[in-house]
Amino acid sequence: MTDVLRSSPTAAQRGPRQRLLARLWRHRGLYLMLLPGLLWFALFRYWPLWNAQIAFKDFQPVQGVLHSPWVGLSNFTQFFQSYYFTQLMTNTLVISFAKLLIGLPPAIILALAIHESSRKGLARVTQTVTYLPHFLSWVIVFGILLAMLSPGSGLVNKALVAAGGDPVSFLTDPGAFRAVVIFSDIWKETGWSAILFLAALIGISPSLYEAAEVDGATRWQRIRHISLPGMLDVIVLVTLLRLGHILDAGFYQIYVLYSLPVYSVADVIDTWVYRQGIQNFQFSLATAVGLFKGLIGLLMIVVANRVARRFAGQGLY
Amino acid sequence: MTRTRHDRTFDRSVNAFLIAVLLITLIPLIYVLAVSITPLGRTPSLLPTAASLAAYAELLKQPALIRALGNSVFLTLSGVLISMILTVCTAYPLSRPDLPGRKFLTGVILFTFLFNAGLIPLYLVIRDLHLLNTYWALLLHGAVSVYNLLVMKNFFQNLPESLEEAAKIDGATDLQVLWHIVLPLSKPILLTIGLFYAVTQWNSFFEPVLYLSDARMMPLPVVLRDILTGLNSAEYVESAATTTAPPDALKMAAVVLTTIPMLLVYPWIQRYFTSGTLSGGVKG
Repeated sequence: MTDVLRSSPTAAQRGPRQRLLARLWRHRGLYLMLLPGLLWFALFRYWPLWNAQIAFKDFQPVQGVLHSPWVGLSNFTQFFQSYYFTQLMTNTLVISFAKLLIGLPPAIILALAIHESSRKGLARVTQTVTYLPHFLSWVIVFGILLAMLSPGSGLVNKALVAAGGDPVSFLTDPGAFRAVVIFSDIWKETGWSAILFLAALIGISPSLYEAAEVDGATRWQRIRHISLPGMLDVIVLVTLLRLGHILDAGFYQIYVLYSLPVYSVADVIDTWVYRQGIQNFQFSLATAVGLFKGLIGLLMIVVANRVARRFAGQGLY
Repeated sequence: MTRTRHDRTFDRSVNAFLIAVLLITLIPLIYVLAVSITPLGRTPSLLPTAASLAAYAELLKQPALIRALGNSVFLTLSGVLISMILTVCTAYPLSRPDLPGRKFLTGVILFTFLFNAGLIPLYLVIRDLHLLNTYWALLLHGAVSVYNLLVMKNFFQNLPESLEEAAKIDGATDLQVLWHIVLPLSKPILLTIGLFYAVTQWNSFFEPVLYLSDARMMPLPVVLRDILTGLNSAEYVESAATTTAPPDALKMAAVVLTTIPMLLVYPWIQRYFTSGTLSGGVKG
């Protein structure tokens, strides 16, 4: 034992180590290039993870992250036992699942329609135009929604009145707000989500369609038996990816669209964290809630990835 | 190939569907434009019978709005520059298959994509670095997107390796290989990712509210939000009450003005991003 420890490294042991050092030295240019990026990740992604310990502390700004007193899980239990816990979880999950269930079919149908269209020009124009809203910020979409939905001059309300109904104040009516959130999300993102499905369709071998045509399959049958199965992997993948973010619910969208009258149906975890944490200075409580959300998200993604590898043959990462 | 009556009906319904989708996408945008040019005292309609640019003239007279526009342009340009330098310089080394430790480093980066500490811990970092109420907070807090980074890394990996090897044999440094050989071959992905970063920075409205306190530093989306919610809109409609533009027209003119830069850049980069994102791989 002592002999081994004392003896100098043999030639065989020195070899790989020196080779490694030589390899590291040979790539010094690349490592130097990596430095700013790694420094960025250390500062803006890993330092926050260190700061997250205040979820288990009673954070006092004067004492700082490290010296604030530990309080165990009390921030978490305070959140789980509070009256708003159920409301926040309900809002978050309802909005998220509705976006997924109501939002996915239009993207799939749009991709199929663009793929099947006999007018390539029309298909291309539709594709380009439907991408566009993805690049508009939620503030701009908020402006558009005001134009469409305002009780006085909004186009939708004009149509409602013309059809004999009463105008609805969509953005401040708790009964209508979630529908606005879901449908504005569909308007904004359908074209963009269709890209992935379209890519899957383009990847399907044309010989399959030709063979089906020879066999006398109708266009509907070709969609059902060739196109849809060909997209299945991507559909599963997209669904799982979105399940991984099921507690996100679209913070920016809700932050800009919601207002006091609709908090009861619109307040989601992230909007609550912002109000409690930043506006009410409850740093520890808000961090605990954020951490809870992050852990659920991580769990969902890991499980989703397992399932994706199993059923779709490829994982998300 | 014979076309049956069934096929023709199918074709017609598919094309009718596409036209319906086009209309649903475009009508809200057209209506915003229509409201913005509706003269005072008239109710807006989808196809206005009279037009007035009074709302635009009113907005462009506001120094606060012009300043916000300048802030946004500055933030977007410098944000894209910083993001692209960081992303390219991280993605390229990680795309070299023979770099020792590349798997570990990729894992370190990927982990931040799967799990992050949330809003408050990052806010504390920005505060402790004394970046609150500086533009550095906006330029740095989200400077690297892991998704963009991985797409770019995959793109670099798929480039033919022989070109780089030849340059290395001729004595080129890694930086020279990146600059003279890899980047010129990567135009589609650089434009695509650059556009993504630009859009994120141009559209950002929450982070400025979070990190900045000086009203004069706010970018355009924050000012637009204030106009739309009527928060500080008095500032912008002061003279409007006595002269021309109705508030609705003014609001929508502000929406249009914020959208225009996007519409100008969009068409000539748009053709790259399908090829760019898809060749980068769905896997992310």
